[in-house]
Amino acid sequence: MNLEFSEDQKFVQKTARDYLTEHAPLSACRAVLESNQAYDVTLWKGVAEMGWLGTAIPEVYGGAGLGHLELVLIAQEIGRTLAPIPFSSSVYLASEALLQAGSEAQKQKYLPKLASGQWIGTLALAEGLGEFDAASATGTRFDGARVSGVKLPVADGAAANFAVVVAREGDGCSLVLVDLEGEGVTRSALASFDASRPLARIAFDGARGERLGAAGHGAAVVRDVLDRGAVLMGYEQIGGAERALDETRRFTLGRFAFGRPVASFQALKHRLADVYAKIQIALSNGYFAAWALSNGSDELPVAACSTRVAASDAFVLASEEMIQMHGGVGYTWEYDCHLFYRRARSLAHALGTPNEWREKLVARLEASGFGSGKGAREVAAD
Amino acid sequence: MNFDDTPQEAEFRARARAFLSKHLEKLNPDETAPSLLGEREDKAAIDWAKRWQATKFDAGWAVLTWPKEYGGQGLGRMENVIFNQEEARFKTPPAIYGIGHGMLGPTLMTHGTKEQKERYIREMARGQVVWCQLFSEPAAGSDLAGLRSNAVREGDGWILNGQKIWSTGAQYCDWGMIVVRTDPNVPKHDGLTYFIVDMKAKGVEVRPIKQINGGSGFNEVFFTNVRVPDSQRLGGVGEGWKVSITTLMNERVSIGAGTSGSRIRDIFKLARECRRNGRPAIQDGAVRQRLADAFITSKGLQYTSYRILSALSRGTTPGPEGSISKAVGAPFGQQLSAFALELQGAMGGLLDPAVAPQQALWQESYLGSPGLRIAGGTDEVLRNIIAERVLGLPSETRMDKGMPFRDVPTGPVKK
Repeated sequence: MNLEFSEDQKFVQKTARDYLTEHAPLSACRAVLESNQAYDVTLWKGVAEMGWLGTAIPEVYGGAGLGHLELVLIAQEIGRTLAPIPFSSSVYLASEALLQAGSEAQKQKYLPKLASGQWIGTLALAEGLGEFDAASATGTRFDGARVSGVKLPVADGAAANFAVVVAREGDGCSLVLVDLEGEGVTRSALASFDASRPLARIAFDGARGERLGAAGHGAAVVRDVLDRGAVLMGYEQIGGAERALDETRRFTLGRFAFGRPVASFQALKHRLADVYAKIQIALSNGYFAAWALSNGSDELPVAACSTRVAASDAFVLASEEMIQMHGGVGYTWEYDCHLFYRRARSLAHALGTPNEWREKLVARLEASGFGSGKGAREVAAD
Repeated sequence: MNFDDTPQEAEFRARARAFLSKHLEKLNPDETAPSLLGEREDKAAIDWAKRWQATKFDAGWAVLTWPKEYGGQGLGRMENVIFNQEEARFKTPPAIYGIGHGMLGPTLMTHGTKEQKERYIREMARGQVVWCQLFSEPAAGSDLAGLRSNAVREGDGWILNGQKIWSTGAQYCDWGMIVVRTDPNVPKHDGLTYFIVDMKAKGVEVRPIKQINGGSGFNEVFFTNVRVPDSQRLGGVGEGWKVSITTLMNERVSIGAGTSGSRIRDIFKLARECRRNGRPAIQDGAVRQRLADAFITSKGLQYTSYRILSALSRGTTPGPEGSISKAVGAPFGQQLSAFALELQGAMGGLLDPAVAPQQALWQESYLGSPGLRIAGGTDEVLRNIIAERVLGLPSETRMDKGMPFRDVPTGPVKK
C-alpha cells in the first residue's frame, strides 16, 4: 500500500496552483458572475495551453496522456480558485463519455478539439424535476437520426459547442452527440444560483444527432460517466472547501472583538476544526476513489458515491460557515463569501444531489450483498 | 498510489495468516463482530491473553515494530497493521497490551537507562507481566500537568503519595508508569518527575471503578507512602512532562482509531432484519440515508488511517490529518450505536444478550461510547488541538501560565 501521489503528480498540482493563483483570482470568478459572459474566455485559453483539458486524454487524440490521478489534482486546484470555466462539463463529462463510449472515428473527431479547448462539450441529461439519471430522461427522443425534446438545466449549455444528449430510443436509452450550433437547437441562458457556472435550457426540435455507443445501452454509460465525474468533481469540491476554510481562517485571525482575534474563541475554533475534519474525511474517501478510477477498479461505483457525498457536504458546510464566521460583511455582495456559497450549492446539484448519491450508495452496497453475511469479499475489504 | 498490498506485503500477510490459523479459531464471518469493549476481563481471560502473547513472542510474532534487541522483530508499521488485520479474523483474548506495548515500551526505549531497558523491556514484550499507565487524577484530566500526586526524596529513593484515576487494567497489572509532582514551587510543567512503580508494593491500593456500562476497565489507584527506589526514576528530576509527552505522542501514533468496518456490516445486517412501515428497515428512505452516511464516515476514517500508515511506513511524518481520527471516530461511534438502537424499536430498550438483536452489542456500545469521547483526549481537547496545531489558531488563554504550581487556583478541590 502506498497512498502518496508521485513526485511528478505533485509537480503537476503545484504547476496548476501557481498558474491559477496568478491567472484565476477570485475577481475572475466575480467578473463572470457580474456579467453576461458564460465563462472566462482568456482563462479557458490559458488552461487549454497548459494542456489540462486533455490531461486524461491519450496523446494519440491530442491529449497529454497523463491519467486521472493527475486530473484529480488539477480539479482540486480549479476548485480552489472557483475558476469560472466550463472545465467540469467539458473534461469530466463530455470527454469521459467519449473516452468510454466513443467509436474510433468519434474519438478522433472530438477528443483533439476537446483537448485543445477549441470545442466545449457538455452533458444534456436533466429534464426538469426528477433524478439525475438516465431513467428520468424520458421526454427526449432519438429516432436514429434526429433528437427532439427539452433539456433543463444543462450546465454550460449556452457556451458548449456540442452536447452528449441522453435520449430514449425505442425502449432503451441512447447517448447522442448533437452539435448545439446546428439547426433544430434553441438555447436560452437561465438565471443561475451561481452565475459563474451558468445553466441553460436547450430545446431540440429534430436536431441532427449521431449515436454515441450502442443503441439502447446508454444508461450504463451514463452511470459510468457520472461515477467518473463524481470523483473528479469531488476533488474540485474539496479544493473549494479547502479554500473557503483558508479564507475564513485568515479573516478570523485578523478580525478582533473583545480585544482578541475572533479565531481565539472556542465557539469558532471548534467549528473550524469540524470543517477541517469534514474535508479530511472527504479527501480520504477521494484518495480511494481516485485510485479506483485510475486503476479501473470495480470498487469505483461505491467509492464514487462516498466521495460525491462527502465532498459535496464538506464544501457546503465550509461555505456556510465562511459567511457565518465573517459576520455582517460575509453577507455583503462586496466580500467573496457568497462566491463560495453559490459554487458549493451549484456543484452539489450538478450531478445529482448528495441525497441521490446516498441512495445510490446503499443500493449498490445492497446489490453486492454487503452486510447480508454472505460476502467473503466484504470481509476482505475491511 | 496503490491501495493494494505490494508483493512483499501479500507474502507477509500469507505467512501471518498461516501462523494464526495454526493457533486460533477463525471467526465466522456471518457472526456479529465480537464486543470491542473488553472491559469484563476475569482471571481466566487474562491468563488466556498471557498464554497467547507468550505463544506469539516465542514464535517471533510479537511486538513486531520493536527492535530485535528488545524482543521485537524490527518490522515496519505496515507489517504490524497487516498482522493486526489478520489477527482480527480470529477469536482472540482481550487486548491487554495496548498501553504497555504501544506507549510505555517506546517511552522506556527513549528515556530509560541501559539498566532499565535491560531489566524491563524484554519482559514487557513477552507479556507475562503487564503494565499500566498512571497519569490522570481526579483534578487533572484534560489539564494533565495540573496533577497533584507527589513524590518526596528520602534517602536513595522517593516516597509517593496521592491518587490516580482512569488507569486501564491497573487491577491486573504488575508495573505502572506514573508521573508525579516533585516540586510545587515552579510552574506546573517544570515540577514533574516520571517513575516506574511496582503495583504490588506496600501502600498501593487499586479500586476498580464501576462504569455506566457496568464494566470496570478503569481503576482508581491510591498511593500511601509508597517507597520507590531512585533506580526506578525514568528521566531527570523535573523532566516528567517531557517523558510524559513521549508516552502521549505514542498514543497518538496508535493506528486504527475509529469504528471498524465490521460494525458497518453489522448495521446493514440489522437494517435488513429490523422492520419499518411493514417492510425491512433497509427499504426505508430515511434509514438508507443514514446508512449511507455511516458507511462514508467509516470509510473516511479507515482511509485516513491508511494515509497516516502510508506516510509512517515511508518514513515521513504523517500530515495533520491524523488528528481527526479520534475527534471524528469517537462521537461517530456513539451516533452509530444510537442509530442501531433506533432501528431495533422496542427491542432497543433491552440489554439481554440472549434476546436483543446482535447479542445486545449495540446497547453495550452505546453505553460504552461516552467513555470513548472522554478518554485519551476529550472531543473538546481534540478540537482545540486541530484548531491550534493544524489550523494555527490562537491557543487558549492560560490563567496559570508561569505561575508557581502552589499558587494556581484550584477551585473547590482541596490541594
